[in-house]
Amino acid sequence: MVHQVLFIVFGLICVAGAVNLLVQRHPINSALSLVVVMASLALIYLLLGAEFVAAIQVIVYAGAIMVLFVFVIMLLNAGSEERTRGSRIALFVGVPGVAALAGIVAWLLVHSGGQLGGVTISSSNFGETHNVARLLFRDFLLPFEVTSVLILIAIMGAVVLGRREN
Amino acid sequence: MDTKTFIIVAVIKIALVVFIMLTGVAYTTWLERKLVGRIQNRWGPTRVGPFGLLQPLADGIKFILKEDMIPDNVHKGLFILSPMLALTMSLISIAVIPFGETITVAGYTTALQISGVTHADGLISDINIGLLIILGVTSVGVYGVALAGWSSNSKYSLLGSLRASAQMISYELALGLSLVGILLLSGTLSLRGIVESQSGTWIGFVPRWYIFPQIIGFFIYLLAAFAETNRIPFDLPEAETELVAGYHTEYSSMKFAMFFMAEYVNMFTVACLASLLFFGGWHGPTFSFLPPIAQALLPVLWFALKVFFFIFLYIWIRGTLPRFRYDQLMAFGWKFLLPLAIANIIVTSLIVAWGA
Repeated sequence: MVHQVLFIVFGLICVAGAVNLLVQRHPINSALSLVVVMASLALIYLLLGAEFVAAIQVIVYAGAIMVLFVFVIMLLNAGSEERTRGSRIALFVGVPGVAALAGIVAWLLVHSGGQLGGVTISSSNFGETHNVARLLFRDFLLPFEVTSVLILIAIMGAVVLGRREN
Repeated sequence: MDTKTFIIVAVIKIALVVFIMLTGVAYTTWLERKLVGRIQNRWGPTRVGPFGLLQPLADGIKFILKEDMIPDNVHKGLFILSPMLALTMSLISIAVIPFGETITVAGYTTALQISGVTHADGLISDINIGLLIILGVTSVGVYGVALAGWSSNSKYSLLGSLRASAQMISYELALGLSLVGILLLSGTLSLRGIVESQSGTWIGFVPRWYIFPQIIGFFIYLLAAFAETNRIPFDLPEAETELVAGYHTEYSSMKFAMFFMAEYVNMFTVACLASLLFFGGWHGPTFSFLPPIAQALLPVLWFALKVFFFIFLYIWIRGTLPRFRYDQLMAFGWKFLLPLAIANIIVTSLIVAWGA
């Protein structure tokens, strides 16, 4: 009961933050709305029992990545977004499009009757740090390490692009 | 335990901890002015009360009564939000810090920790991810500083907050990595669990505190913590000689006081964390001849003494060292502390793996 109420509250905050992110015209306001989305997602993870993922969501996304976003916006002193003809077309075509897509997905989820398959959770404490670590570093070690190589490539790309010519 | 007792106990604990915390913060400002005064051959505050002891009270009244100005052309919402954000985020981390083992009042045993709960079988536990919560809350607290500078619409504030956010992001990495060694040794992220794994002694008399195996980690933590809290020698975000007052230049009255309090609460948080992780938290000598209530509160005294030591160290260093240059600060964090922290993790994990 409490879980359901909390889920609805944080789900609504999350959606409201996402809508505000699109509506706001100043980049700082948009970035801060994204922080709200990240934080409420972390709380939803916490409600699911995934405590480690929730903490990492706050530390990495809300804490580190979004601070860098805000930092860059502050540094560039970006002004308000301009409304052009293109953005008006996007508004009139995009909003009904998204609404239709969301409607179709919701309809499918409601009427599929469990054909899409579900997730069975083996134990009640699957979200504990120990269990997440066991999955990451034993069962899914190869995909995990490959992802880290991918991130390394991205970092090297950033270094190459950002290096000063001399 | 029924819900009603749980809520009553929780509210009492929260009120007590917040009261003690804020009083501690107020008297740390007094202590700082006194000590820095003595270091510089001055007296510090002497006029208000004996030894100037009522000075924090007078300061508080002054902050409340001063005119609360909002300059023109600021981003009003964020200008008001950011001091609140800074103070709230710094106060949240106190909720997961354990001050002692347990205390029994009127037949009811509870943990000396806001987020510690008593289970039906009498076992005490706290949040599994206490340490991560502190790191997460600290990283969200950066917004308070960053947005304060940007929303003020002033060049000094903006430069101060750019410096602050860059510095805090950089040193957060070294801070987090310096704690990994402890996690490897203790095998838990719960602060209560980490403190309990430090009970007992090595070879009879050396306490099993993690300062001994993790001395490198401790020094990395200490340096990174100074930078995280924007204290001398890393107080570039508010370097008076260049930036007037840094990110809080445009703030006055209670809004300024909120930043000020947030800084001191953060100091307390990192001091508590250092005592918990490296100095065995509430562990210390026990005396069996004392009355039971004194025996129950003795661990809290040991913990308070350890925290006081770190606060004293902060003030001492403030009175002793000059400020770094900005490029030196960045180079020190990225090129020295970070590689050293990674090397510390590799050596510790090799030793742990060899012993397993």
